[in-house]
Amino acid sequence: MIWNEEAECRAAEEKEELQLKRLQEVVKRAYENVSYYKKAFDEVGVSPEDIQALNDIEKLPFTSKTDLRDAYPFGMFAVSPDDIVEVHTTSGTTGKPTVSGYTQNDLDLWGEVMARSLTMAGGDRTDRIQNCYGYGLFTGGLGVHYGAQKIGATVIPISAGNTMRQVEIMQDFGSSILTCTPSYAMYLAEVLEEQGVGPDKLNLKAGVFGAEMWTEEMREEIEKRLKLSALNIYGLTEIIGPGVAQECYKKDGLHIFDDHFYPEIIDPESLKALPHGSKGELVLTTLTREGMPVIRFRTRDITTLRPGKCECGRTLVKMDRITGRSDDMLKIRGVIVFPSQIERALLKIEGLHPQYQIIVSRPHQLDELEVQVEASPVLFSDEVKHVEGVKRNIEEHIHDEIGLRVNVSLVEPQSLPRSEGKAVRVIDKRNL
Amino acid sequence: MFKMKLKQISVFLENRKGRLQKALEVLGNANVNIRTLSIADTSEFGILRMIVPDIDQVQSILEEHNFVVKVNDVIAVGVPDEPGGLEKILGILNRADINVEYLYAFAEKKVEQAIVVLRTENIDAGIKALTEGGASVLSSDEVYEL
Ligand SMILES: [Zn+2]
Repeated sequence: MIWNEEAECRAAEEKEELQLKRLQEVVKRAYENVSYYKKAFDEVGVSPEDIQALNDIEKLPFTSKTDLRDAYPFGMFAVSPDDIVEVHTTSGTTGKPTVSGYTQNDLDLWGEVMARSLTMAGGDRTDRIQNCYGYGLFTGGLGVHYGAQKIGATVIPISAGNTMRQVEIMQDFGSSILTCTPSYAMYLAEVLEEQGVGPDKLNLKAGVFGAEMWTEEMREEIEKRLKLSALNIYGLTEIIGPGVAQECYKKDGLHIFDDHFYPEIIDPESLKALPHGSKGELVLTTLTREGMPVIRFRTRDITTLRPGKCECGRTLVKMDRITGRSDDMLKIRGVIVFPSQIERALLKIEGLHPQYQIIVSRPHQLDELEVQVEASPVLFSDEVKHVEGVKRNIEEHIHDEIGLRVNVSLVEPQSLPRSEGKAVRVIDKRNL
Repeated sequence: MFKMKLKQISVFLENRKGRLQKALEVLGNANVNIRTLSIADTSEFGILRMIVPDIDQVQSILEEHNFVVKVNDVIAVGVPDEPGGLEKILGILNRADINVEYLYAFAEKKVEQAIVVLRTENIDAGIKALTEGGASVLSSDEVYEL
């Protein structure tokens, strides 16, 4: 089922025409009503009239998380605060949060894109949606809530936490769609298993999982344990909340609702726009938001865009599963590498503690990647050739994951730095 | 037969200045009596191999200090301290088609003989060949008592 066939299956030219019209409108609205944008556009000498084609968007400056934070609390609003009917914020773990303000039309838009998402996951009015995303300032709970009501499903607004109650309600109410973070879905599966509640005693058919990065391996695991179809949802509070993009049953990328959120991919270093199919940082522009339009927001999420018609019938551009954050991205000999890929490779080797450090250097014009791994008793032997074999095995696993040759050094246990919270994983000696 | 096997403890050494010294300092502070040791060195790491009477104690001391260790069996052979002694031993193993992974030796003044520590891929096969070939395979007690 497709919630809004007209919008989700538009022909390319027709869609581009609509996107351009909406882009011109939002740029004008932002310039005229938000002092931040007026100043930012004036500084680079661009005005709303310069947007004559879609790729003219590249003339506009980017908006970063810091820009939004500096405008705390209401500096980014493009309407009178009296016209704002709801606010949400980011968690603000790294400073002041970012505030997102919604007009009534913005809430309707949010309901619309979430209705499309839930329908894409197979939901309709017969479903009972157990919504374990947190209700409150966090966008997850209410976003799903508005969409669920729009499609006429029964929403169970249980919010996050209280796992015993979640498990009980899931059985008693016969919840058919589960919405939560993928890690919470894993945890629920564990608790259900501990209590001896097999998937046959549940009525789950689909899960709409998001708000954190996850992998295909996790998908397989969740699907196997909960006997449901696990689908990826993507969104950001800065843009609207959940409902920016959603996976269809093909599970081959997430459809971005690009009639409302215009996506671009840029090289996070040169900040140049990249053609479709290239891997880079996702940049989003809200085409229709009233309360708080956001122009060229740097999401820091790394993905690839793939346009075209999907088997499901939608022509909404697809983005790949998020594979990393541009903040931790490394470019080695032109290849994008994330510490998480190296960690994944290490986790595949039995007996290895994934304590590692990546050292990037450029000794002779060419980048070299050294991965230091802490030795463990399982990997060690009295024989040199055995230890060398272990080292080569780790090198091969990493090569399979990132496509680059690396040099692995085994170091003594507890010798790599551990800091409170985020471990220091990367040392870049290249002075780029 | 198992009594003829000698326990060896190996320690992983990162290729960094002072690591061997650190390991020996830890053992020295604990008054560990090291009968003999050898070091296998590559450009990237080292393996310190030791024969010590109280292997369990040494293992726990080293592990407490975050060293990676491994205990395994080796063979000790008494070799007359004279030219050609070692060659004879290797000849026996060669004829039995047994590969020596590594070996190291230490001289023992008290008994006028050298002790050769040998690592063959299959320890039992190594001991069998050596015994049958007339070599003097030493038990662990004999080595510790020297
Ligand atoms: Zn599709």
